[in-house]
Amino acid sequence: MPARTRRPTPRRAARSPPPRTPPSKGRKVYFVTGGVTKFAKAHPAMDFRLMVKRAYDYALKDVTNLTSDRIDGTRISYFSDHFSRQLKAASMVQDYLGMNPKGSVRIEWGGATGGECFQAAYEAVASGRMDVCLAAGYETMSRVATWKGNEFIALASDTNFDFPLGGFYTGYYALMVIRHIYEYVRRGKFAHVKDEREAQRLAIAEAQRVMSWVSVKNHINALHNPYAQYPKRVTVDDVLRSEMISYPLTRDQICTMSDGAAVAVLCDESRAREFTDKPVRVLGVGCGTDTMRLADRPFGKVPLFPHEKASDYTNLSYPGVHSFRAGRAAGLEAYRMAGITDPIRQLDFIELHDAYASSEIQTYEDLGLCRYGEGYDFTTSGAPFLPHLDYGLPVPEAGKIPVNPSGGLIACGHPVGATGLMQGVFALWQLQGRIGKHFGDPTLQLPNAKRGAIHSHAGTGSSVTVSILERGY
Amino acid sequence: MGRPRTFAKFKEVQEELARSGSAIFRDKDGFEALVVRSPYSIEYIHSYAEDSPFFLGLAEKKLLGSRCTNPACRFVYATPRSHCMACGTPTEWHPLPLKGKLHSWTTCRFGSEAFLKETPYNLALVEFEGAGSVLLARLKDCVEKDLYVGMPVEARFSDAPKYSITDLWFVPARA
Repeated sequence: MPARTRRPTPRRAARSPPPRTPPSKGRKVYFVTGGVTKFAKAHPAMDFRLMVKRAYDYALKDVTNLTSDRIDGTRISYFSDHFSRQLKAASMVQDYLGMNPKGSVRIEWGGATGGECFQAAYEAVASGRMDVCLAAGYETMSRVATWKGNEFIALASDTNFDFPLGGFYTGYYALMVIRHIYEYVRRGKFAHVKDEREAQRLAIAEAQRVMSWVSVKNHINALHNPYAQYPKRVTVDDVLRSEMISYPLTRDQICTMSDGAAVAVLCDESRAREFTDKPVRVLGVGCGTDTMRLADRPFGKVPLFPHEKASDYTNLSYPGVHSFRAGRAAGLEAYRMAGITDPIRQLDFIELHDAYASSEIQTYEDLGLCRYGEGYDFTTSGAPFLPHLDYGLPVPEAGKIPVNPSGGLIACGHPVGATGLMQGVFALWQLQGRIGKHFGDPTLQLPNAKRGAIHSHAGTGSSVTVSILERGY
Repeated sequence: MGRPRTFAKFKEVQEELARSGSAIFRDKDGFEALVVRSPYSIEYIHSYAEDSPFFLGLAEKKLLGSRCTNPACRFVYATPRSHCMACGTPTEWHPLPLKGKLHSWTTCRFGSEAFLKETPYNLALVEFEGAGSVLLARLKDCVEKDLYVGMPVEARFSDAPKYSITDLWFVPARA
């Protein structure tokens, strides 16, 4: 933003408030089992209740001694009532599963709905309110035409100022990445180009190429994930040539509408040991938010991770529309709770919310995998790629921190209320070393994965969750 | 009318619904799901409430931001807010310049169903001298290859206001 603009100075309180109480972790919480339906464009032969039921039954079968009567209550997530024109649909999931009269509540937080549901179940167990909590999520987006579905999603933007202009989420993310490219590629690699318009065109072309790497990675990873909606072998050129949706984002760089459900069972330590010999601990949770309207995002300073310095960002107005402050805030909270000071070294993989190839790159920076401005180079270093797959690209640093080994949203699909839970289930199986068992193909199993992160993100970064999972055996 | 026609592809089901209002989808296991068309429409009684002066202003060809009334703050919002986000103080209406620059932009080749017929259209975040936040608007009279961050633009207002944010748009500024 204009550098000359004065930033607001908060009114000074008469007395400075006491420092924030350090986060209480409450009881240790473990993630013991999960299930996912195959994500598909449409599941017309299953409604949302049956999809959740199938995922739930799968989850129960994967552990011992866990029967419905052992579950103390539920947290149920779906994003939009519009998609099924059924209000209070979570109650119908609750009774279809036979959970009445146990406690339950519906969770909704835009695209981060699934991630929030996971954390709501965490809180139920950490607080001691429940010993065993079921988190269940779904979305049935096929019940309306694709462009009507886009309209429903766009209604999750300000209906006074944003939606009537052509409410379209891909358009909003395109606005964000055009500015991201301007800040970091035009002012970075192409800083030497004098002609402003030429420099911006070169920068966008370069960024489009790198965003396509993300699409190639996630689609090719998904070739080995039977739950994925759109596994395919593609090249950078294929991605660039796919249909332009909202400049500079092409179809293959964007996730699709899906039908699907996912469940996760969280419990306390003693029950975890009873249900499985491979429990996974939820080591930290974080959540951040930002303004609903992109136009209201401030131009301030970067909240720093321990491994960053203020001098890294002397000329950067943050977050503006180029970065997700909510993602940074969620990362800060979750890393602090989990004791993570160097995410690249302390995390073995991340399942992150790649609704757009652009937002995957932006999120590398938010989560401190690289500094702000380094996301494109980080991508082409190969660091987020898997070391043992052939992407048809030079990826010398592949395996440094695999991101979306499952294929992410771009290739798995994005049935909103299920997505954050799906990431959790894939992370659970990864940490248990059981990808081969559940996928029927061990290719995506990372050797000796001990700690991973899941990241769920709502519209234009208006809310983001990060949860840290660690092998608990 | 007998039993609805049966299809194995969801796309064909959708097409049949448009024709006859009902269809049967047969899945891989042979299970047959009955699918029907179910229309739904609604009119809202939508109040712009505290944002109203902005929309009434557009009809008078005025562009109103808002400014924090706290002397220690004075933050200027290009998209008006009735209370300051930084300090919580009420704001006052504050005329914005009618010329600004592109903070960011895109061209939408697709859109929500309501806007598909208008594609392609340009969206722009516009920054103004003296304002600390930006404004989202349509950008007309130009095409994708003309656009760049920093491009000077100026406001246009509808002669036949519909009391919507679309009563305002921007065009490339005249030299």
